[in-house]
Amino acid sequence: MSDLSSLTIAAARDALRRGDVTAADLTEACLREIESAGALNAVVHHTPDVAREQAARADARLRDGDAPAMCGIPLGIKDLFCTKGVASQAASGILKGFRPEYESTVTAKLWDAGAVMLGKLNMDEFAMGSSNETSIYGNAVNPWRAKGSDAPLTPGGSSGGSAAAVAAGLCLAATGTDTGGSIRQPAAFTGITGLKPTYGRCSRWGIVAFASSLDQAGPMTRDVRDAAIMLQAMAGHDPHDSTSADIPVPDFEAALTGDIRGTKIGIPREYRVEGMPPEIAQLWDDGAEMLRDAGAEVVEISLPHTQYALPAYYVIAPAEASSNLARYDGVRFGHRAKLAPGDGITEMYEKTRAEGFGAEVQRRVMVGTYVLSAGFYDAYYNRARKVRTLIKRDFDEAFAAGVDAILTPATPSAAFGLGEMASADPVQMYLNDVFTVTVNLAGLPGISVPAGLDRRGLPLGLQLIGKPWDEAGLLNHAYALERAAGFTARPDRWW
Amino acid sequence: MLDLAFDTPTPKVIAGAKHDWELVIGMEVHAQVASKAKLFSGASTQFGAEPNSNVAFVDAGMPGMLPVINEGCVALAVKTGLGLKAQINLMSAFDRKNYFYPDLPQGYQISQLYHPIVGEGEVIVDMAPGIARRVRIERIHLEQDAGKSIHDMDPAMSFVDLNRTGVALMEIVSRPDIRGPEEAAAYVTKLRQILRYLGTCDGNMQNGNLRADVNVSVCHPGDYERYQETQDFGHLGTRCEIKNMNSLRFIQQAIDYEARRQIAILEDGGSVVQETRLYDPDKNETRSMRSKEEAHDYRYFPCPDLLPLEIEQAWVDDIAASLPELPDAKKARFVRDFGLSEYDASVLTAEVEAAAYFEIVADGRDGKQAANWVINDLFGRLKKDGDRHITESPVSPAQLGGILDLIAAGDISGKIAKDLFEIVYTEGGDPARIVADRGMKQVTDTGAIEAAVDKVIAENPAQVEKAQANPKLAGWFVGQVMKATGGKANPKAVNDLVAAKLGL
Repeated sequence: MSDLSSLTIAAARDALRRGDVTAADLTEACLREIESAGALNAVVHHTPDVAREQAARADARLRDGDAPAMCGIPLGIKDLFCTKGVASQAASGILKGFRPEYESTVTAKLWDAGAVMLGKLNMDEFAMGSSNETSIYGNAVNPWRAKGSDAPLTPGGSSGGSAAAVAAGLCLAATGTDTGGSIRQPAAFTGITGLKPTYGRCSRWGIVAFASSLDQAGPMTRDVRDAAIMLQAMAGHDPHDSTSADIPVPDFEAALTGDIRGTKIGIPREYRVEGMPPEIAQLWDDGAEMLRDAGAEVVEISLPHTQYALPAYYVIAPAEASSNLARYDGVRFGHRAKLAPGDGITEMYEKTRAEGFGAEVQRRVMVGTYVLSAGFYDAYYNRARKVRTLIKRDFDEAFAAGVDAILTPATPSAAFGLGEMASADPVQMYLNDVFTVTVNLAGLPGISVPAGLDRRGLPLGLQLIGKPWDEAGLLNHAYALERAAGFTARPDRWW
Repeated sequence: MLDLAFDTPTPKVIAGAKHDWELVIGMEVHAQVASKAKLFSGASTQFGAEPNSNVAFVDAGMPGMLPVINEGCVALAVKTGLGLKAQINLMSAFDRKNYFYPDLPQGYQISQLYHPIVGEGEVIVDMAPGIARRVRIERIHLEQDAGKSIHDMDPAMSFVDLNRTGVALMEIVSRPDIRGPEEAAAYVTKLRQILRYLGTCDGNMQNGNLRADVNVSVCHPGDYERYQETQDFGHLGTRCEIKNMNSLRFIQQAIDYEARRQIAILEDGGSVVQETRLYDPDKNETRSMRSKEEAHDYRYFPCPDLLPLEIEQAWVDDIAASLPELPDAKKARFVRDFGLSEYDASVLTAEVEAAAYFEIVADGRDGKQAANWVINDLFGRLKKDGDRHITESPVSPAQLGGILDLIAAGDISGKIAKDLFEIVYTEGGDPARIVADRGMKQVTDTGAIEAAVDKVIAENPAQVEKAQANPKLAGWFVGQVMKATGGKANPKAVNDLVAAKLGL
């Protein structure tokens, strides 16, 4: 790994401002790393020309002294974000060749702040998956390997390409999106930091929709400070997104004092699920201990409806997806199937969607269609909505009782082997989201922080959950945990 | 609020082979909101633009695009609700109605199934002076229009025009309170009149910005009254919905056909299948639109891209304060203030522009006379002139008022006034000046009239004898005198003088 491409945003920012390094240097270093990291399959659309042009502009701004924190920082962008004139496929065959004529609000804000786009990153198709294996591009590969093993591991999903790219030093940071854990789980699997902001903190405009009431963009970075810096540039009200909140964005980096004395950390007893691996349980206990040592009060809390979260999520998310994905019909853009003589519009829909969507997307579209259909709506969709309300209330009550942040494991295990789940029941894969979906259902901010290695030498993450709109407080708790955990391991280069 | 009293019309009865049948009709009118921009995008709503030129990314269903509510459309829906004396819901919400069609790019229509913005209201449907039907409005919701599929431009391909996609519609849903084809047409007419008064919909049916779905069922006499007492639909027959009609004539024909079709089925011992039908005006029949197997399951659910729509009472109050005078109130006021018949008041208030025109003419003048002139002379002349609209009248209200003033002052006779009106209509100009310039002023000088009378009497001794024997023939002298004076003599003065000179 090149030293430059492995810098944190904060270190690069300071070096750029001092003139020790240029945006062009950083960009070239990253482009070289990307060039030699084909085995990771993290970058699926390369945009070196865009990168060099943006880097030149960033350098000009730096020379002029007009340099926001993200100025000159080379980033990878999840393929779910629409980037103007650049392939934006959501890792799906149905959007083959799609180059939007518009730029998503979040990426536009990053470019306005001077950031540099290196390319588009691999992911699960339409962000549906926990292992990156549903991607039309083939899966990205985790730069980490278990000690003494060559077996390729999943980088997690759906933002697996983003996680792999940041962990392998292909870019300084990456954008991700998180509908049920798609930022936090891959961050945990690759030893990086992943933040899902409060629903409505970042605009969804221009991000290919999976489940609109759950989707939220966030930063995937090397550390907590970088998450604070990058979120600052991504966040803010957008009049084009009715669900984006018109509230001020605080200075997140300034909130990182590391001082959490007197705050209250909740440990939800319902998250101690049956069959939790001892390593995960140990990590969780260690995390609680670290926060207690840092001066926080650690209390056990109850979030009684937790057990219903996963089923509710797997009703609501597919329901919304089935509707959101109806627009991929072969009429206006993307893939259209070749039709046989006599085929009509129905055949065009059926063939186009059968060819264009992968198996997992088709499964969720069918599940979503089913749970919304007449006669089943109340039993599934409406009931799931009620569960969602109860889950949100659980959190509201915990926070109302004085809890400042909630600590849980990020994932039930470390990264698993690619192909390992191929023949498993899809529900086994869905169980990856058990600790993360509640946060999306309740619209809360959540962050995954690398906190240790398992006995095979693979990274494990802890999740902190914050109060609505309190990313600043959440980041500060994460910062304290990060300092206490002192996670510095990096994957050995094999690619 | 001033209202005229009315009686309820008798429902239409169709005599079947076995017994009499009555009709029960409910309507869903889709009224295009008179907004320059679409409901959820900034794209223009201009009619007749180049295909696919008024299309924003969100209208085209592009990935990642999001709808943002157009506040102006919400205000117009609220205004419409207030105009129909309806409940305004301060909290409403948008739902997605999912189905696949090429002119529906998102794969769903954003509508308001569960929480519409407007609740219960009413429309008083005038059938004749003193006769009207009160039709209850169930709800009004905002929704997106679909685009247009064009199948007849190419033998192998279909084309799609998305200009209309996303245009704001108000779906105005009535209760089944309409009792015949004529009432249905009158309902649409009245609704259109109110919308145009409010300025919330242009109501141009040819351009499709007012379209109706009509629900028709038939029942035995007495069943409807039982339904009204209980609000139990079980007393009514199975209904069929005739979709997407944009002509008053076709609405009536379709209802009539559909009712007779259902009666024939029922009298044959069959049962009506609840379904959606289309009216074919060429064959004058309705046809089933889709079979049951293809029936859509729209999978409605709350649109997650839009927050619930919350409006404030103060904002609603502001809109209420800006409401114009509506047709019923205006008509009642015309009857009261101008002494018009209800019929004349209806004619004058049919269109807000005509009513405004009349009020200017009637201001400070004889209301009844003003009404006669506007209805008979002006409307009649406009109709003859290629059915021109009142807003295109070559005669301004001030000009027509000027003509009436000349009559009132005795400067011209009613007959001359008609000639003067024609001159003003075709040539324009100030009526008083035209009268002066062209010597049209009425002769009221008795000396001049007396000389003319004397002359006619002197020249026609035989006629004098006849007239003296039969006074009814005095009119002949009056006619001769009028002819001799070029019609300008004051007719009353001539009458009096002729009678006096002949010793009648």
